Amino acid sequence: MRAILVAIFAATGLFLGACSTTSEDPQGASVESRKPGAGTDAQKPRVATVDLTNKPGGASLSPLKDPANILSKRSIYYDFDRFDVKDEYRPLVEAHAKYLRENPGTKMLIQGNTDERGSREYNVALGQRRADGVKRMLMLLGAKDAQIEAVSLGEEKPKSEGNNEQSWAQNRRSDMLYGGEF
Amino acid sequence: MSPSRFAPFRWLASAAALLAGLLGAIPAHAQLSIEITGAGAQRIPVAIVPFAGEPAIGGLTQVIRADLERSGLFRTLEVPPLSPSPTERSEVNFAEWRARLADALLVGSVAARPDGRFEARFKLYDIVQQRDLSGIAFTLSKDQARATAHRIADFVYEKLIGEKGVFSTRIAYVVKRGNRYELQIADADGFGPETALASFEPIISPAWSPDGRRLAYVSFENKKPVVYVHSLVDGKRHVAANFRGSNSAPAWSPDGKTLVVSLSREGGSQLFVLNPDGSGVRRLTSSAAIDTEPRYSPDGQWIYFTSDRGGSPQIYRMPAGGGTPQRVTFEGSYNVSPRISPDGRHLAYIARNGGRFQVALLDLNNRQVQILTDSDRDESPSFAPNGRMILLATVINERGVLSAVSTDGRIKQRLTTGGGDVREPAWGPFIE
Repeated sequence: MRAILVAIFAATGLFLGACSTTSEDPQGASVESRKPGAGTDAQKPRVATVDLTNKPGGASLSPLKDPANILSKRSIYYDFDRFDVKDEYRPLVEAHAKYLRENPGTKMLIQGNTDERGSREYNVALGQRRADGVKRMLMLLGAKDAQIEAVSLGEEKPKSEGNNEQSWAQNRRSDMLYGGEF
Repeated sequence: MSPSRFAPFRWLASAAALLAGLLGAIPAHAQLSIEITGAGAQRIPVAIVPFAGEPAIGGLTQVIRADLERSGLFRTLEVPPLSPSPTERSEVNFAEWRARLADALLVGSVAARPDGRFEARFKLYDIVQQRDLSGIAFTLSKDQARATAHRIADFVYEKLIGEKGVFSTRIAYVVKRGNRYELQIADADGFGPETALASFEPIISPAWSPDGRRLAYVSFENKKPVVYVHSLVDGKRHVAANFRGSNSAPAWSPDGKTLVVSLSREGGSQLFVLNPDGSGVRRLTSSAAIDTEPRYSPDGQWIYFTSDRGGSPQIYRMPAGGGTPQRVTFEGSYNVSPRISPDGRHLAYIARNGGRFQVALLDLNNRQVQILTDSDRDESPSFAPNGRMILLATVINERGVLSAVSTDGRIKQRLTTGGGDVREPAWGPFIE
């Protein structure tokens, strides 16, 4: 109980002190009015937080990580031997295009992937075609060429290791990654 | 095929493992062991007499015997203990060896030299023709015994078959264990693997420079495909192609002065040539399609490659300097990974038949196609430098293994390692 009271006092003191400081004298002359030895906690210099996490283009891009935000979704899946972005992924690509448009300093890496069947090198080229397709769509929606690098991982980085259609479907995929994520 | 024919290989494998354990010469990774699963119809019977004095260097004739057997072209005869045991200096009793059903006889000896090294001498005889096919003297240190045995096997092979042997050559391949990838180099018999590159990201498409000193390959260590050139003797490596987008599928020109690669820097996957140091990039193809997996013909005049410009992946060729491509494969809807035989007469590639991916061989003169394998997930064929065998990657029991098949489809070998998947084989050039 006592601890709580002390805390409340301290917080109130800080609040009051802060108010008096800013309202009375922006030049900082209020330091003079402090009474030495009284309410030392309250008189500790305050720390102003600079929050970059909500700022687009910052080190941490919270809308991109917020599970409730469509921007946190990054993968586009394909049918066998297909490269076109299916209609169901259109809102996803549109959201990322808008994000890139509104944040022109942001860079994206698109990694195209294929299932394991066939030649490794030919699959690198097929994965590239998938990644190129997503990039083209993002650019048609206003993103800039310089913001996006489309590359291929071919069949080399499967999300699912199985030798069956269920696994292959997971691996026919393009992933959109932002700077700092790869 | 009698079980006894397998015995020398089992012995060799266990002896090699023991040797590796004793000397610690080979790091923890297991070497490839080779199992013969098919042999030539006619195998030349050869009698190989253990060389006098060979225990001093750990033996030569076991390695020679294993090499010749593995080729599928020879049958080595059991030679009973003889007293005195003949050497290269002995008179040869042709009638006696003929009675033992030998077509050829190899005899030799190993002697210590005053300088601490050894001298190995041998002679090869054609028993049927009663001819001395001569021999060579090698000066060697003890650790060169295997290399010397391979040279002798190459000599026997060339004299009796009429083409160069490949026992002294090396192979490159990638081993994947868990999330670790290793680009390894081993002798053609799988012995003595050394790791040229270890990485936690994939490595694909190793390609030997014509002089056998460097490998070009694709590494994903930068989260995208980048082409490197790697000097084997000192491990020095440099980026040959790291442009925006993907950089892949390197191949050397026969003179070693040019690399041809597939780049996506201008959109799509298109062929470019560049110098091995990465300079002088020039675009070769201009299609809206995929152009990849380029390979020079041995005469340097053509580049064969995979393209889907006709709607499905097929093999095309064009003049090495660029020009109008001509389609080469027509049967089937998926023909990829072209490799030209060293004599330029055949094209090996991967064909999809039904759901099976198999090695096909196209005779470029008469257009006949032959399927060489009966596996169904084949990839990355690679000709031996004498053109006799094709090394390839396949999957058996859900594990990546290498196998080899002769261009007539008769001789088959399987190469497996202790653990992990083996893939992306590339057979190195002749070593002079």
